[in-house]
Amino acid sequence: MLAPITLWLLAFQVVPLLLILVASFASRGRYGGIVYKFGVHNYVRFLDPLYLDILVDSVGVAALTTAICLLIGYPFAYFLAQQPLSRRHVLLLLVVIPFWTNLLTRTYAWMIILRGNGLLNTWLMGLGIISEPIEILYTMGASVLGLVYVLLPFMVLPLYASIEKFDHRMLRAAYDLGATPWQAFRKVMLPLTMPGVIAGSIFVFIPSLALFFIIDLLGGARTILIGNLIHRQFTQARDWPFGAAASVILTVMSLVLIFLYVRFFNHETERVDA
Amino acid sequence: MDGIDLTVHEGEFLTLLGPSGCGKTTTLMMMAGFETPTEGRILIDGQDVTHKPAFQRPLNTVFQNYALFPHMTIFDNVAFGLRMRRLPEAEVRRRVYEHLEMVQLRGFERRYPWQLSGGQQQRVALARAIVNSPRVLLLDEPLGALDLKLRREMQGELKKLQRHLGITFIYVTHDQDEALSMSDRIAVMNRGRIEQLGTAAEIYERPRSRFVAEFIGETNLLPARIVEQRDRSTLVDILGIIGRLTTHRYPQSEVYASIRPERIRLASSDEPGVEGRVWDTVYAGPVVQVLVHIPGTDEPLQVIAPPGTHLARVYPGEAVRLTWDSEDVVLVA
Repeated sequence: MLAPITLWLLAFQVVPLLLILVASFASRGRYGGIVYKFGVHNYVRFLDPLYLDILVDSVGVAALTTAICLLIGYPFAYFLAQQPLSRRHVLLLLVVIPFWTNLLTRTYAWMIILRGNGLLNTWLMGLGIISEPIEILYTMGASVLGLVYVLLPFMVLPLYASIEKFDHRMLRAAYDLGATPWQAFRKVMLPLTMPGVIAGSIFVFIPSLALFFIIDLLGGARTILIGNLIHRQFTQARDWPFGAAASVILTVMSLVLIFLYVRFFNHETERVDA
Repeated sequence: MDGIDLTVHEGEFLTLLGPSGCGKTTTLMMMAGFETPTEGRILIDGQDVTHKPAFQRPLNTVFQNYALFPHMTIFDNVAFGLRMRRLPEAEVRRRVYEHLEMVQLRGFERRYPWQLSGGQQQRVALARAIVNSPRVLLLDEPLGALDLKLRREMQGELKKLQRHLGITFIYVTHDQDEALSMSDRIAVMNRGRIEQLGTAAEIYERPRSRFVAEFIGETNLLPARIVEQRDRSTLVDILGIIGRLTTHRYPQSEVYASIRPERIRLASSDEPGVEGRVWDTVYAGPVVQVLVHIPGTDEPLQVIAPPGTHLARVYPGEAVRLTWDSEDVVLVA
């Protein structure tokens, strides 16, 4: 008799994945829907430079988002870990509170801020810094901004957990042995907080590929990334098998990238104490 | 801290000794560069390092918790300081092996800190510090986590190492036995100040304050009355026994006489003595500890009796007469 968790995983994880996998080899019906004529035509179609470009762009955006989240998130998590406990709880709460607001609503808020006559432009023009409104909305940049805003807490929390466990006396020992603050960070603190960095990066990278509606809303029609592409196959284009194939490619690629990422950083740090 | 003025001589083994909270670790941290003094200066070889960060000072520290880098091998741990200074790798290798040999950990290079025992980790921390040839080595209660036997062993090894290397050691501990056995000089600290600085013998035999007398070893503090003060000597009345001491003048007339338990003996019939009754005897292995109640005092007198003496064979309730030599009395305020 299978354990409940196994049944649950089978029913809600494995089976749906298998369905997608099967669908990816099927064909599109005349007006949409799936026709069970199997072949690898969907995958072959994906090898078109058009789609490969989209894939590369998507990975680029996700990587950029992850990098920015790391650059902002690490110092913030470090700062957080230095605070006395009472203040720490308040700050952590502040980090988490945005989750209580609907994601879509928050994205709309950014649209209001970033558009031509939005808050940002009105403000900058009022201060005399610019004379014409900057076009931020409906660009790739806006998408990245939106993604970073939404995903930053996912980077901060695992990083904080790792940094909190880090024994700061190690840094003292490093300084004592002649390491400059930067060297101490690179050689001692970073390797030992690597679990947090890896976890945070994965928690940001994967959703960056998937949060297609943020990219849709903030990036506009000009920005087509893999998430939107797949979304379109299941809506406007009505080519579910192709969408399924794109999903499979996305999933496999993500897994490969994560694997390489983890291997690279674990190799760098030799051994990290639990 | 309440004001410290300390000069450490080159090549000496100096210990900062005191109870928790006396400021010994804070002083060490200021020397190392992890704390900044509010006032005053710190000079190494005449150079003012007061505002220099730790990584620019020519000293190294052995921390209480060792602070070994868990993600590096023993070799990389010991090599860390040398690599920070960008020494050529061949030189690094030579020095690391040499120092691992010195602490008897040759063969452990590829292991990780978590694979080593406490004593071994301590030796790695030591090697990691001295491989950099610091001018001064600071040690913050490095033997605290070891069991007694291992501590004794390591004390001996540290002392030997210090003599062999000739590096100045500044050692912090609250364990007076450790301090007495290892140090060239000891600074006894209390409440942010140095109460007395001197050799182990000076501290033990000539404590300058009540705190030092009580903190180091066991002592009896008896109320004493100064009868007469001359240029070179002082006449003191301790529990009825009047003795002449060559000692400093004391401003108050009420002082305490510190007499170590091992300096008290049974009075012979032609000597003046203090009358008392044996309250308890404690067999302590190499000696017998005798507690004697003296009428007029609150605490029993502690006496250490060498084996085989008559004093070692007294029984509780027995009446005794005790005395001591005036040279063994130290007056403290």
